[in-house]
Amino acid sequence: MITLNHYVALSALLFCIGLLGALGKRNAIAILMGIELMLNAVNINLVAFNRFLQPSQVVGQVFALFIILVAAAEVAVGLALVINIYRRRLDTNIEDLNWLKW
Amino acid sequence: MEHIFTDLAALVAGWVSGSPQWVQTLVMGCLYLIGVLTFIFLNCIFLIYLERKVSAYIQQRLGPNRVGPRGILQPVADALKLLGKEDIIPEKADHWVFRLAPIIILVPAIMVFAVIPFGKNMIPVDLNIGVFYFLAVASTTTLAILMGGWSSNNKYALLGSMRAVAQIVSYEVPLAFSILGVVMIAGSLKTSQIVAAQENYWFILLQPLGFLIYFIAATAEVNRAPFDLVEGEQEIIAGPFIEYTGMRFALFYLAEYANLVAVSCLGVTLFLGGWHGPWLPSWLWFLIKVYILIFVFMWTRWTFPRIRIDHFLDFNWKVLLPLALVNILLTGIGLKLYQYITLGVW
Amino acid sequence: MPDSQAVFFWLLAALVIGSALAVVLLKNIVHSALYLFLTFVGVAGLYILLHAEFLAAVQLLIYAGAIAVLIVFAVMLVRRGDIRLSNLYSIHFLPALVVSLVLFALVAVAVGRQLWLGYLAPPPEEPLVSLARNFLGEYVIAFEVAAILLLSAIVGAVLIVRGRRRSAP
Repeated sequence: MITLNHYVALSALLFCIGLLGALGKRNAIAILMGIELMLNAVNINLVAFNRFLQPSQVVGQVFALFIILVAAAEVAVGLALVINIYRRRLDTNIEDLNWLKW
Repeated sequence: MEHIFTDLAALVAGWVSGSPQWVQTLVMGCLYLIGVLTFIFLNCIFLIYLERKVSAYIQQRLGPNRVGPRGILQPVADALKLLGKEDIIPEKADHWVFRLAPIIILVPAIMVFAVIPFGKNMIPVDLNIGVFYFLAVASTTTLAILMGGWSSNNKYALLGSMRAVAQIVSYEVPLAFSILGVVMIAGSLKTSQIVAAQENYWFILLQPLGFLIYFIAATAEVNRAPFDLVEGEQEIIAGPFIEYTGMRFALFYLAEYANLVAVSCLGVTLFLGGWHGPWLPSWLWFLIKVYILIFVFMWTRWTFPRIRIDHFLDFNWKVLLPLALVNILLTGIGLKLYQYITLGVW
Repeated sequence: MPDSQAVFFWLLAALVIGSALAVVLLKNIVHSALYLFLTFVGVAGLYILLHAEFLAAVQLLIYAGAIAVLIVFAVMLVRRGDIRLSNLYSIHFLPALVVSLVLFALVAVAVGRQLWLGYLAPPPEEPLVSLARNFLGEYVIAFEVAAILLLSAIVGAVLIVRGRRRSAP
């Protein structure tokens, strides 16, 4: 029997993997991928809570759709920024982006 | 004749009716899969022959005429030739991705047929998101082409796959919008209900602009001339498929024809009344309409020259997309007016 | 006869977690992106298990395009050097690992202690209709704001990429 706890645990694990990717990678595009994983983990959570606690309604799905939409906007702007940085530095390595440091 | 396929399905369902539920589901699923696969492969074999004959007649040639009567066995000879070719994998290629790409491209090509109503009561799965499922699954084709193009480690292949991404992702937008007009009139995403709504008049009469946009966008989605920039033999040789040989190349070829059949089936379902028609069995009507649409696709392919990539993308964003939006607006206004005239309420 | 729901859940969970790990741990950015798509397919499968078919289709439609674009950019921007070493760990990898593990441990403990009184009633008869009613009824303002957000994201992305316009020759 699969309960809500299974889904929440799965989503927590996925979120932590995404966090690892977002914090521990060097390439800016890989960091975007990590963020996408985290957003998807949140979506699993929303849909699972919807299904188990409010099965007659679809509010969780509505919120999940909004998150997918915001994620799409985020990828578009994020990639545009990465391209602009690449034009100046010929590099997408996050560790080299320390212009504001000193 | 009308019930020949539904009776066959009922016969098999009768055989397994004593077994547990999951066995029944499995057996019927396999049966539908076999049916769809047979449909795809028979059509692809015939289309290889038909394309060559149609192109020959348009160019005032004879076309294949040596193997079998009127060259009808030419596809068999082609398949044997491809089977006998050496299977080459480039040394610097990304081996696993290279091997996977031709298999993965077939998956969406087969999966989309699940929601096509081939005739009366002849729909494999009647999903409540029907048309949307078709679009969603079909959109994954891009990735398979990109996998093939990138893993070949060839500049022409990479160029071709980048074109594929630009072309397919941007033409998905007018394709979806052109379908939206039909969905608004039918009031459902279910393919069965869309066909049922066309019992008296086909949607091509109500949505002529929608059909035109669908036709152009679908041609671009399946990479057929005049929009075959992905392959563009004269510019980038064969695009993503340049390094593929033998059976792997044949799989790409097969997927291409399966996609052509799929968009034609969807076009018939959405705009040409699906399986509705007098006298003949419903599945035969469906097949006839699909072949008429396929013939028009071939006709355009062999009549128009290829378009340049920048013109092509400009055309999408500056002409096709605004037209599709106008079509949706007009459909909405028309629906409201119809409601007002017939029911007297806004 | 095993519980089919459980079988599918465990298969999909293994797929999602396995390919998500591959996204983070592989050193080739194109392979990472392809595994990212596999993760999303698994998540779409989970949505179907949870009776959210529309969401599963949206997931496939949007992320197939998004991933393809990601791969293209990744390939374009890693011209120099070897693509096989295009996705390395940063100097913060070990601290990030510790943070992630600690966070997961905390959530796991919390989830283990909590027992939700969930019940599996049948899903709504017409899920699409109720989705539409929510979007164009209760959440219509959020819906419109989301449209404006998307528009401004597109305009912003185009502006950023185009950069400062040079004077015409």
